[in-house]
Amino acid sequence: MSAVRTTCPYCGVGCGVLATPNADGSAATIKGDPDHPANFGRLCVKGSALGETLGSSGRLLYPQIGTERVDWNTALDHVATGFNKIIAEHGPDAVAFYVSGQLLTEDYYVANKLMKGWIGSANIDTNSRLCMSSAVAGHKRAFGEDAVPICYEDLELADLIVLIGANIAWCHPILFQRIVRAKELRPAMRIVVVDPRRTDTCEAADLHLPIKAGSDVMLLNGLLAWLAQNRALDDAFIAEHTNGWNETLAVAQASGSTADIAAACGIDEAKLIEFYQLFAANEKVITGFSMGVNQSSSGTDKVNAIINCHLATGRIGRAGMGPFSITGQPNAMGGREVGGLANMLAAHMNLEQPEHRETVQTFWNSPKIASRGGLKAVELFDAIERGEVKAVWIMATNPVVSMPDADQAKRALEKCELVVVSDCIKATDTTAYADVLLPATGWAEKDGTVTNSERRVTRQHAFLPPSGEARHDWWIICEVAQRMGFQDGFDFDSAAAVFDEHARLSAFRNEVGSGRLFNLERLIGMTPAEFDALPPTQWPALNGVPLSGEGSGERLFEDHQFSTTDGRARFVATPARAPAGTLDAEFPLVLNTGRVRDHWHTMTRTGRSAKLAQHRAEPFMEIHADDAAQFGLTHGELGRLTTRWGSCVARVDTQGGSPRGSVFVPIHWNAQFASHGRIGALVNPVVDPISGEPEFKHTPVNVAPFVARWYGFAFSRQPLSAAGAGWWTRITGAQFTRYELAGTETVDDWPKFAADFLGVDALSEQNPANDWIDYADEKAGLYRAARVIDGRLEACLFVAPQASLPARAWLAGLFDKDVLDPADRKSLLAGRPAVAGVDAGPQVCSCFGVGRNTITDAIRKLGLTNAKEVTSAVKAGGNCGSCVPEIRRLLQEIAASPPIPEPVIDSADPRISASEASLSSVSTSPQPKEYS
Amino acid sequence: MKPKLVVVGNGMASIRVVELLLEQAPELYDISVFDGEIHGSYNRILLSPVLAGEKAVADIIDYPPAWYAERGVTLYRGDPVVAINRFRRLVKSQSGVELKYDRLLIATGSLPLMLPVPGVSLKGVIGFRNLEDVETMLEATRQLRYAVVIGGGLLGIEAANGLSRRGMKVTLVHRSDALLNQQIDPAAAALLRATLRERKLELRLNAQTRAIIGRDRVTGVSFDEGPDVSADLVVMAVGIKPNIDLAKKAGIRCDRAIVVDDTLQTYDPRIYAVGECVQHRGNTYGLVAPLWEQARVCATHLAQFGHSRYPGSVTSAKLKVSGIDLFSTGDFIGGAGTEDLVYRDPRRGVYKRLVLKDQQLVGAVLYGDVSDGAWYFDLIKSKTNITSLREHLVFGKSFCEAA
Repeated sequence: MSAVRTTCPYCGVGCGVLATPNADGSAATIKGDPDHPANFGRLCVKGSALGETLGSSGRLLYPQIGTERVDWNTALDHVATGFNKIIAEHGPDAVAFYVSGQLLTEDYYVANKLMKGWIGSANIDTNSRLCMSSAVAGHKRAFGEDAVPICYEDLELADLIVLIGANIAWCHPILFQRIVRAKELRPAMRIVVVDPRRTDTCEAADLHLPIKAGSDVMLLNGLLAWLAQNRALDDAFIAEHTNGWNETLAVAQASGSTADIAAACGIDEAKLIEFYQLFAANEKVITGFSMGVNQSSSGTDKVNAIINCHLATGRIGRAGMGPFSITGQPNAMGGREVGGLANMLAAHMNLEQPEHRETVQTFWNSPKIASRGGLKAVELFDAIERGEVKAVWIMATNPVVSMPDADQAKRALEKCELVVVSDCIKATDTTAYADVLLPATGWAEKDGTVTNSERRVTRQHAFLPPSGEARHDWWIICEVAQRMGFQDGFDFDSAAAVFDEHARLSAFRNEVGSGRLFNLERLIGMTPAEFDALPPTQWPALNGVPLSGEGSGERLFEDHQFSTTDGRARFVATPARAPAGTLDAEFPLVLNTGRVRDHWHTMTRTGRSAKLAQHRAEPFMEIHADDAAQFGLTHGELGRLTTRWGSCVARVDTQGGSPRGSVFVPIHWNAQFASHGRIGALVNPVVDPISGEPEFKHTPVNVAPFVARWYGFAFSRQPLSAAGAGWWTRITGAQFTRYELAGTETVDDWPKFAADFLGVDALSEQNPANDWIDYADEKAGLYRAARVIDGRLEACLFVAPQASLPARAWLAGLFDKDVLDPADRKSLLAGRPAVAGVDAGPQVCSCFGVGRNTITDAIRKLGLTNAKEVTSAVKAGGNCGSCVPEIRRLLQEIAASPPIPEPVIDSADPRISASEASLSSVSTSPQPKEYS
Repeated sequence: MKPKLVVVGNGMASIRVVELLLEQAPELYDISVFDGEIHGSYNRILLSPVLAGEKAVADIIDYPPAWYAERGVTLYRGDPVVAINRFRRLVKSQSGVELKYDRLLIATGSLPLMLPVPGVSLKGVIGFRNLEDVETMLEATRQLRYAVVIGGGLLGIEAANGLSRRGMKVTLVHRSDALLNQQIDPAAAALLRATLRERKLELRLNAQTRAIIGRDRVTGVSFDEGPDVSADLVVMAVGIKPNIDLAKKAGIRCDRAIVVDDTLQTYDPRIYAVGECVQHRGNTYGLVAPLWEQARVCATHLAQFGHSRYPGSVTSAKLKVSGIDLFSTGDFIGGAGTEDLVYRDPRRGVYKRLVLKDQQLVGAVLYGDVSDGAWYFDLIKSKTNITSLREHLVFGKSFCEAA
């Protein structure tokens, strides 16, 4: 099968992918699409491993009501009836959709249409609320529309790139690589990273400003005031194209002197001024920002504080400059375009504007139109818990993991009358709460479009048939809509048809220059073949403009016309505010959360890949070594984190880049992968007052050692239930699943525990299935056991009273072998091979444990001629004498053969025996006669 | 004229003394050796492999008669010493040879214990001590069918295995169910039982022998409980006793054996003794390693270079049955204050138990994989603190060195 062109489903960079499925569809060869303008053929490690995340294992394959399998008709009717009943009894605001930046634009479009135009509520919110809603709000406040001004190429054209709260080395690796390559070609380019942590992104930085968590606005207000003071402004741009400058400058100037700001940000004043000077000196500056800015109780102000600096210097709408919101999901942008958030309408039209509501309702010809904002994510789950929202349909997201105060999400879903979950994965923390489960197609099976961080719409193509009875999300939504009685608006027959309507709406009553930049008019009316062949296209996609270059829409605001009523951009005064949670004796540290390089979101996909499990295998807490010492934590051992909202347990890491006073914990782990790793449960649910985005980067936290009775790990080819250990993490391997364990209960009978844990029924020697090896140092609390089936290692368990256990890598390698060789078997429970050295060969003298190679080497090197000499040289034969005949034979053999040069042995590889090595050296190199 | 050294016995211990003495002081003594057997000196330990057909008799004769002649040592073959006259410093042999001595070395070894049961003196009831016994057994394997070996110690198992390998139907009788209870623990014994049964040995465990049955020649064995067992040959391997009748008659101080000091000298300063017939610091030994250590000290003193002392031996045991690797040493049972490291791989037939006390290795039982026995033996003897080795100790030297 030839390669199918599609788009990577991870971050918002939106890399093009060429996927070639193998014959049975269980995996695929994945390559970067060399023609895609986001990545030009490159892929990061997550994208490269997409082939490992396929296959039907773990997939949700058929609809379920409760735990019962049902057919699609039954399931869809059940959902439609349930929603209708609740709407009839409690009104449209008693139901809600909670959707996802991983839906395709077409899925998103029909979900939004159903909720806002037919049900008549705006209760559709999305996990994008947790991700970039502050950027959306900031864009709308400044530009009048949610629009990212730049394109990726600007990164290569910029002279200064400022990255604020964005660890793009891990979270957007392809953009990072583009920047690194640009800097290699043009070393004069400068990179400044603003981040409390010393992340891997800092490796490329000329300047790292490790500001105090949450002090971004202070830093940026200071920059604005400094630019003004140092006459680095574009006065003409300010005068002609903006509003609100004076108030904004006044607020910025109130931040104090550079010394005050440096103190407030906790950085060196000289570095602060260096940054300000760099900003002033470089016309072509891009300020890239991501979750460190957005996920804050003042996230929207942070975004505007960034945009203020660009507006004040006129650095927008031209090549190589502008503020740059880097999105974290493959289709957060598409969701924004269709209006799939509770405070948007559709196609960049606003709920609050009556003429926009009228426009949309007219276009849809819908019975209703939502007239006020709906519940944003955190409000939505609060309302569910209060019983105000009685039915929720969750699509393609995992709120029990990803929400702040995530235990609240559990409580809410537990109470909710009707919880419908559409997902492609069967067991998630959220599907556990579903009353109805609807199997959705997965990435490899979906067909439609996504939009990346530079407004580029790219086709996603299916290259595998749907797993089981899975259906596309847009189809499921339309089916439910029709069963709710809404025939007309939902009779789409394809994703292409949905996209066409979406494109038409974007252009509907949208004359160019009338204020809505989002316009796909050029993409209206495509044939199915044209839709299939649609190349990656940026919006605005207008008729009659060049497809690339100036005026093509590659970058916005080239004409300095903004989407506000007066066409001017708005400065927004942003008085600096501290994060909501204050540190105190009880919770003295800042909890910071984020992604790791090789996992994505709640690991439903990346958790299936052995390759991606290697980088960071377990939930960890990155803490400064001095803080760790102060709180009694030890690198490599376990620590407990506790906030007002919850607690979790993670592996202590003092070797990362966390500053004093802060703890970083990854967001990914959840109940499917770890017993105590769900960090969302600890996060303060406070939100930004404008965007509604939670403060994921700053929750007051306490840390303490987590002391277990025992520590251990297990490998097994078959999945195990790890509940027997108090604490566990599950790690995917190529041939096995690995479990890291810590026990909170004393175990008296380790062999029995091990047999139970590894799923062995009874340790009977008669049972051929039970080939069992164990090692016990009972007094030291050490126990190790392994199970072998037909000579192949099946499972093993290692426990000890301390966290120091053998390295896992060598053991993992044993699972690649179909049969353990005797040396491996002997070494297995040692957890490592014998110390590297020359192989002594088969044993000749068992009294003194002397091997044949040792004896023959001694005979050759020392010129020994009789058994007694051998005994005095290497002891062999000196006790019982049983081996003396064999020693004599060896003497005779050597005497009869010509001298063999000293073998060249690769001593690093103990598996190469001396005899093999000497044979090979003889056969490959002629030796001088006089040698030896 | 050179002083005369007379050696009583030509076993492994005494010939080692002679050999070492000749290396150190070849001209010092006029040496004579009396030997009750006729082959020269052979490696007694290897009688089992000879019985099992793994080695030939010629393979184990390390010191054939010519060896003595070449070195000017007079060897009296098949002519044991029957009396020692300490006042006249004279020995007298069975054939009537009388020799004066200036130094006397007694190395009369030990004798197999025979159970005091009826019928023990019937034809076909033998011990397992020397080449003659092996020859008797080999003769039996060619003509007879049923063998009973009484005693589940090292020798008994080796004899039973050898006879079985030679085609006899063998029953191994042991008074408890713990074979090798002097050498291994119950867990290793269980593995050993299983292995021996796989090798078609009939095991009669927890069996007290009541009588050997037969008129002239043995026909069977009866027990306190259970059915009789047919037997054409009975091998007694229930233990050994030091062979000290000669020494006792000569008035040399004996306890359980000939009492020697740290230079292997008896209470008579002209008389030395080595091997299984001696008692040193209250201990007697039935294994080879202590003999070597004794011989080294004794030879040095006879050579008049002596200052070294024999402090006693830590012993280790191995079973000479090919395919069954078994090793034990030290306090392998343990007790108060000891800690065990136990490794079990029953499918591969491997069991290892190491006994620790006060951060030192004090005992080891190895079954199936004995390659590290010597290393453990050294660790015990050197009283090495094993704290840093503990995690990998049971996996052996190659896991612990340079780690």
